[in-house]
Amino acid sequence: MSTAVTAGASGARQVWRRLRGRPSAMVAGGVLVLLVVLALAAPLLAAIEGQDANSYHDALVDSARGGVPIGSFGGVSGDHWLGVEPGTGRDLFVRLLYGAQVSLLVAVGATAVQVLIGVVIGLAAGLGNRLLDTFLSRVTDVMVALPMLVLAIALTAVVPADFPRPLLLILVIGLLNWGGTARIVRAQTLTLKQLDFVAAARLGGSGRVRVARRELLPSLAAPVITYGAILLPSNIVIEASLSFLGVGVTPPTPSWGQMLSTAQTWFRADPTYVLLPAGLLFVTVLAFTVLGDAVRTALDPREASRLRVGTRAGRRARTGGDAATSLKETAS
Amino acid sequence: MTRYLLKRLGGALLVLLALSVAVYALFYLVPGDPARLACGERCSTQQVTQVRERLGLDASVFTQYGHFLQGIVAGRDYSTGTAVLHCDAPCLGFSYKTDQQVTRLILERVPATLSLALGAMVIWLVIGVGTGLLSALRRGGITERALTVLTLAGTGMPVFILGLLLLMAVCAYLRWLPFPSYVPLSQDPEQWAWNLLLPWLTLGFFESAKYARLTRSSTLETLAEDHIRTFRAYGVGERAVVGRHALRGAVPPVIALNANDLGTVVGGAVLTETLFGIPGIGKTLVDAVRVVDVPVVVGVVLVTGTAVVLANVVADLLYAAADRRVALL
Repeated sequence: MSTAVTAGASGARQVWRRLRGRPSAMVAGGVLVLLVVLALAAPLLAAIEGQDANSYHDALVDSARGGVPIGSFGGVSGDHWLGVEPGTGRDLFVRLLYGAQVSLLVAVGATAVQVLIGVVIGLAAGLGNRLLDTFLSRVTDVMVALPMLVLAIALTAVVPADFPRPLLLILVIGLLNWGGTARIVRAQTLTLKQLDFVAAARLGGSGRVRVARRELLPSLAAPVITYGAILLPSNIVIEASLSFLGVGVTPPTPSWGQMLSTAQTWFRADPTYVLLPAGLLFVTVLAFTVLGDAVRTALDPREASRLRVGTRAGRRARTGGDAATSLKETAS
Repeated sequence: MTRYLLKRLGGALLVLLALSVAVYALFYLVPGDPARLACGERCSTQQVTQVRERLGLDASVFTQYGHFLQGIVAGRDYSTGTAVLHCDAPCLGFSYKTDQQVTRLILERVPATLSLALGAMVIWLVIGVGTGLLSALRRGGITERALTVLTLAGTGMPVFILGLLLLMAVCAYLRWLPFPSYVPLSQDPEQWAWNLLLPWLTLGFFESAKYARLTRSSTLETLAEDHIRTFRAYGVGERAVVGRHALRGAVPPVIALNANDLGTVVGGAVLTETLFGIPGIGKTLVDAVRVVDVPVVVGVVLVTGTAVVLANVVADLLYAAADRRVALL
């Protein structure tokens, strides 16, 4: 368990060196950088292709055959690099790029909210008195136990339709899924609190807030980054799932999950329309997972790779919800 | 033991109570006027007022919540002005859209959800535990690679990608099976199984990655323990060491995880049910959310929460029962 991995400049350089030593991490990182660049450059690329996300092209779909794109591979042509959407004829390349934007935006935003709430609650529980700690830990337990997807779906029902959907998704996912971060931060805080440098700061007259900010936060960076790297791909999946179910991003804003839910009617007639968003989602989640695992081992080399050799979580003492076991659990 | 159980059940009850408060506050107080939602778009102001009276929405918030709880515990009567509408004991209200009792509506969906969950469980246990055990006992080689692939593909992948690809391959291209549509077990067991085959495989494969990892790590850990070394030193055969002693240590975590997962899946395998059109609890939720049928949404959330929280308690009990080194305090 990482107790005090320094996150100073030399530490960062060391982590980078370890990451570079793993080809899988570099490939995954490269894929993600490419994806981010493509997503950010979506308007530019759309302009180069000469298309936009929401124009219908009736002439490009065969209305006699129910709207199947004309031409091979879903209507791939010089004008439409990845073909067009069946039924509407909207440009698939541009829609996939904007879908990447939504996916990344929601995932990063939700992760930020989760980490923020998790760190604040975890620190408060770890530094506060016993009553506060018990209360916050119980709330955290409840948050971890409850079925997150079900609650997220339910919550989307009560928000007015004109509320911006990506923001709503960020908030819903962020507010529901901070329990893991809070547990880790609390456990780390309890360990760090015992160490000399924190005691020294307390003796030097620093208040709790100052100790938390100046002494604890830097040491918490490594485990929090590690956990955030695990949260990111799962947030991408949650966004895709909600959009797939029709309660996420609303049309005409494109999203991969939403494309996949409409793709079900086009299995045979237009397989490209299924495979493109499915493949993109798969590759993105896989890249984030591989990179997250690499970051984890790079930040704390004592931890074995989660993907390569299974977990070291081992037997889970499931009885009793003490910090050590819950940390193990969330890490596996 | 009894004391532990009481403590855990008390805790579970508190959690559910907290959930009910949160859910009640969110769903009945936030979204505008419940009476208008219940009545529909085309209701006149007078009709809305009637509905408000019937649902007891003119009372104070706390009274309303009290009625809500009372309905769950003891049942509740709604007066329609001319007659009294009774809602039986675990009363979660009436659906805004179909006027059916929510409890009954959810109970009707339980068989479909259970059909999916139990079948998928068999698959994830067989594949997951099987791969995990094999790869722990024979390190290196093909099972190891199978595990790596399973883990990579299964770690955090959305379940519907697997489902979509299976549907596409098996039903659209190979045409081995028609596109599944749910048939109740009571109606035709054979068709029931055939139509659930793909959903079972999808959910089963999806979950099996977790089990493979857990089984592998817990088996390896048990094999590394002192008492196993002692058995080996006494000359106990490898088969007996693994079969009789190592498994005893490796199985409890799997059982515990399984109980937890079963709770979650029963609470709503939302994605699998929606993808394959299985009329279970999860699909009910999605359908209700789309038409803002608040009582059904609230009902499903509470039922799901109950399933998950109870499964948690059961998981701990099973764990302790399977691993005698764990004492319940």
